[in-house]
Amino acid sequence: MIDHLLTIVTFLPLAGAVVLLLWRGAPDNSARSAAMLTTVVTFIVSLSVLGKFERADAAFQMVERATWVKSIGLQYLVGVDGVSLWMVLLTTFLFPLSVLASWTVEKNVRLYMASMLVLETAVIGSFVALDLLLFFVFFEALLVPMYLIIGGWGGERRIYAAIKFFLYTMAGSAFLLVGILFLFSRSAGPVGHGTFDIQQLMSVAGSLPASTARWLFLAFFVAFAVKVPLFPLHTWLPEAHTEAPTAGSVLLAGVLLKVGAYGLIRFNLLLFPEASKYFAPAVSILAVIGIIYGAVVALIQTDIKRLVAYSSVSHLGFVVLGIFAFTNQGVTGGILQMVNHGLSTGALFLLVGMVYERTHTRDLGRMGGLAVVMPWLTGAFLFAVFSSVGLPGLNNFVGEFLVILGSFAVNRWFGALAAVAVVLAAIYLLWSYQRMAYGPIHEEHSGLPDVNLREVLVLAPVLSLLLVFGVFPKLLTDRIDPTAKAVVAHVSPDHLTDVGAGAVIQANGAAP
Amino acid sequence: MSASGSLWLIPALPLLGAAINLLIGKRLGRSAGILATALVVASFVVSVAVVGSLLALGAEERIHTQHLFEWIRVGGFSVGADLRLDALSAVMILVVTGIGSLIHLYAIGYMHGDPRYGRFFAYLNLFVSFMLVLVLGENLLLLYVGWEGVGLCSYLLIGFWFEKTENANAAKKAFVTTRIGDTAMMIGLALLVLRFGTLDFSVIFGSAAGTLTKGAATTIALLLFAGAVGKSAQVPLHVWLPDAMAGPTPVSALIHAATMVTAGVYLVLRMHVIFEISGVALTVVAITGLVTMLFAGTCAFGQDDIKRVLAYSTVSQLGYMFMAAGMRAYSIALFMLVAHAFYKALMFLGAGSVMHGMHEETDMKRMGGLIRKMPVTGVTFIVGALALAGVFPLSGFFAKDEILEVASSTGRPWMYVLGTVGALVSALYMGRLVFLTFFGRARSEEAEHAHESSLVMTIPLIVLAVGAAVAGILDTSTDGLISRFVEPVVGSVPEGAAGIARSAVVTISLSLAVVGLFVTWVVYASGKIDWLALRVRMQPAQRVLEHGWYVDNYYSALLVTPGKAAAAWLAYVFDAKVVDGVVNGIGAAVRALARSGRRLQTGLVRTYALAFLAGAICLLVYVGFRL
Amino acid sequence: MRTPIAYFLVLSSILFAIGTVGVLVRKNALIIFMSVELQLNAVNLTLVAFSRMHNSLDGQVLAFFSMVVAAAEVVVGLAIIVSVYRRIRSVNVDDAEALRG
Repeated sequence: MIDHLLTIVTFLPLAGAVVLLLWRGAPDNSARSAAMLTTVVTFIVSLSVLGKFERADAAFQMVERATWVKSIGLQYLVGVDGVSLWMVLLTTFLFPLSVLASWTVEKNVRLYMASMLVLETAVIGSFVALDLLLFFVFFEALLVPMYLIIGGWGGERRIYAAIKFFLYTMAGSAFLLVGILFLFSRSAGPVGHGTFDIQQLMSVAGSLPASTARWLFLAFFVAFAVKVPLFPLHTWLPEAHTEAPTAGSVLLAGVLLKVGAYGLIRFNLLLFPEASKYFAPAVSILAVIGIIYGAVVALIQTDIKRLVAYSSVSHLGFVVLGIFAFTNQGVTGGILQMVNHGLSTGALFLLVGMVYERTHTRDLGRMGGLAVVMPWLTGAFLFAVFSSVGLPGLNNFVGEFLVILGSFAVNRWFGALAAVAVVLAAIYLLWSYQRMAYGPIHEEHSGLPDVNLREVLVLAPVLSLLLVFGVFPKLLTDRIDPTAKAVVAHVSPDHLTDVGAGAVIQANGAAP
Repeated sequence: MSASGSLWLIPALPLLGAAINLLIGKRLGRSAGILATALVVASFVVSVAVVGSLLALGAEERIHTQHLFEWIRVGGFSVGADLRLDALSAVMILVVTGIGSLIHLYAIGYMHGDPRYGRFFAYLNLFVSFMLVLVLGENLLLLYVGWEGVGLCSYLLIGFWFEKTENANAAKKAFVTTRIGDTAMMIGLALLVLRFGTLDFSVIFGSAAGTLTKGAATTIALLLFAGAVGKSAQVPLHVWLPDAMAGPTPVSALIHAATMVTAGVYLVLRMHVIFEISGVALTVVAITGLVTMLFAGTCAFGQDDIKRVLAYSTVSQLGYMFMAAGMRAYSIALFMLVAHAFYKALMFLGAGSVMHGMHEETDMKRMGGLIRKMPVTGVTFIVGALALAGVFPLSGFFAKDEILEVASSTGRPWMYVLGTVGALVSALYMGRLVFLTFFGRARSEEAEHAHESSLVMTIPLIVLAVGAAVAGILDTSTDGLISRFVEPVVGSVPEGAAGIARSAVVTISLSLAVVGLFVTWVVYASGKIDWLALRVRMQPAQRVLEHGWYVDNYYSALLVTPGKAAAAWLAYVFDAKVVDGVVNGIGAAVRALARSGRRLQTGLVRTYALAFLAGAICLLVYVGFRL
Repeated sequence: MRTPIAYFLVLSSILFAIGTVGVLVRKNALIIFMSVELQLNAVNLTLVAFSRMHNSLDGQVLAFFSMVVAAAEVVVGLAIIVSVYRRIRSVNVDDAEALRG
């Protein structure tokens, strides 16, 4: 039982989904409670994964291996390390909150909840799979429930947004599949038989000629860059975020985008270390452009959801910048930012959803003065805003600082330009908050209620984590750091990789 | 508990108050304010106790440190939540908690009846807590936590009455403007980490001389100074402070006069080692201070709003402090900081008392003769104003005098001259403020029926007035009490080239102060001159000064408007048409291809079968040729 | 003395050709279906013939396999034809043109 912890965490939601799908005519409230129960139990089980995790160990842990289709070397192979551990926990943490936040969904509740649960399995599966084809299966599988959630329960232009989301990511995945199959075909030689096991493929990929590895890097990169999303492959994101229902936006920003960044670390960096180094400057430039670009475009948005969506483009740029700095601090900071962004932006979308349910508008120009009637809700919003702005003491600051530090060691300009986005973030987030909460209140909003108990239950866990991870980031970094160190050592074994005490003074003579 | 073991209590007590008031402040009612005040007073008591224990040590051992927990550890880089109390931070915590207590007390009366009374005290307590973290942090990152934290509280408190759009705008402007400096500062921190591998003061101070080249030190020092420029509202990032007066008056007194805005001065003093290695950076600091001092002084002279006069005056006085720091007279900058905290907090609270008595009127044109209606406020305010103008023997006299004395000996005579001009300017705007407000005839209905404020507000005024009057004894010369106390931390005031004799400096600046005050008396209070007519004749000049030399308008025209246009172009043209256009273009191309392809689909099974056969034959032929 | 392989192949080709022409020229879905069966059986014949020639059972196994598949296919195919008939009241394949582009 305990040996199959990861399998249980992965497939528990799917089991819940099957039950829901078979249970025709389930009353809406039963469907909601069933989904809630499933996600909460999944979260509790995932906590025991955290408990079992050895923090100092950089290798994959809790590995489960079973042959699936022997003739093509396909295995069921799962495990976690410092990167995927937090991604799994972030996922299992955000899902119960999203289900609870979706209590107000009235249309086809049973199917909605079932889609959510299928989505959870697919996301967790993507994070724990250590077999490339298994990963691909989960990676593709998560498109379907997300497509249904956006297309079925979204806003006015939901069909356009859903199709755009689906096609965009599918197009990226096509490259990924080609890359995977190519690697598989090459693995037959050195390993004896074809395999999708990434640990074995690491040695296979290492023996490829540099140019081949670079092409493969690009194939993988496109798929993940779309998901991240990295400039200029981001245009599906604002549409999808804007049209998705609240929980859809939360999960899209909170966990789905992380699958892309996770893929970059897990596959691009590990399989093609040399190519990663080769492309690192280009990728970093794209990331920096994305950081600034997302922030500047967010400045002018009047739709609050679009604004948060573009801020995601900016924040995910930080993640990629940190990862491709190949310094201990940069990579750890990047991974830390994946968690932090999931929490902060998740919180923002939850709050936007609550405001929307009251005012029925996402247009900032039609809001104002809401702080008068809903001090707690707007207070919570401001809290999330300041987390997102990177206020020290809240979660985002530590990650951003580490990323800036890590990338600074590589290129002064990258770090400095990324820092500029911190100012822009303050402008667009505070401005949107001001237009929503401050100023005179609109007549028709004067009787709106403040948070109710259900919403407090949704917000309290995530908001408290924003504070906890700001004050005690070591809870996260202690488990991330060994993995990050191993990744950096794998990619860049003979270079300055730690900007911490002592390492720099000898290694870095250049003037700032 | 040992002295160093109780350091954490100093910021923790106000933090506790903030937490309580934030959660249940509404239910506490009036006791919210009492609770908040009591906790700050408790923090003050603890501060006095630990500073006392610090004094018991030998001059060189006066450092208490306390390790709370490890905040960040990634690879070889670690940051601890460590507190450090040395002579410099000792002075700062006494100012913050001491003056903070008085302002809290005052606010109980001032904010009475406000619907968000509890929340106000929560923010105020939170501010004090962050400010104490700022001055007690043992490393720059913890300092940065406090630095941004006080910025947050400043944002919340400036926008406290957020129903008015101007207040909300001012709050955002304050946060964003200071953030510009803060970001530069963060880059400076990153550079420091690359050099030293740590942000701990003890390590940086110990090894700075051997680690940093002159160039590196200049870069780092200037980046850090950019943070100070933002936070302390120096030119060119001063624009937020006058607008910040939108906040409640106790906020202006505490945050925008006595404590937060002086954080920049504290930073320069704290990091003076790096500034000194650079040398150039110190000159930049001094000149920035000098320019700001003169610039803001002229602006203060053009304001009609009593709080805006004080705001510009604060900017100007902060300029003096930076000027002192830039001339390596760190202890004098600190002394000026202390003295200024007394008299400026006093004047802001006095202005608040005036507003209270005048139904929130802030326009000095509608005041006049108030000293008869509000004697306590009036007298204490005049003490503060005289102190600021540098009249012997009040605290401001000593501070200003010592700065000018040092300036006269730097070998840059123009600094002394301009500094002296600045002294005259401050006497002018202070005189104008006092005579317009408290003397002459009452110029409005409200001014005629103004009333004195309650005891809870006047007691802090009296205490602060006493402080402003006698704080001079803390540092009567460049070798005074404060100077000797902080000497182990910031070094002593350098002996420059023999300047003008001290007696000459004193005579000149004192007589200029008196001249300034006399001139303003003649113009505004003697009744011999119709100053309103004069004002109309001087209108163009007056306009320029009132709008702060139109700096805001330039920023708006040069940065805000083009920035907005660029953002709009990126969002609506580039992103929607170009980036997304490519994507949609690919989609459209596929559709076009499909449209031509669909003609092949006749829907007739037999056509398909024929195609099938044709294909099979082709394959056969091909295979046949291959064979 | 065995019958030469050519005889089987010729027969098979003729059967296959008849089936092909049937598929192409007839309009009745049932007849087309029967023609397809004819083609399948023509191929089966070659499979068995080659199997005998090579003295290997593989061809015969494959023939069985294809017969089973064909049987299954008949079930599905006839069901489709019946439901198409129910819908458009015709077994003329030219009338079933819903897929025209």
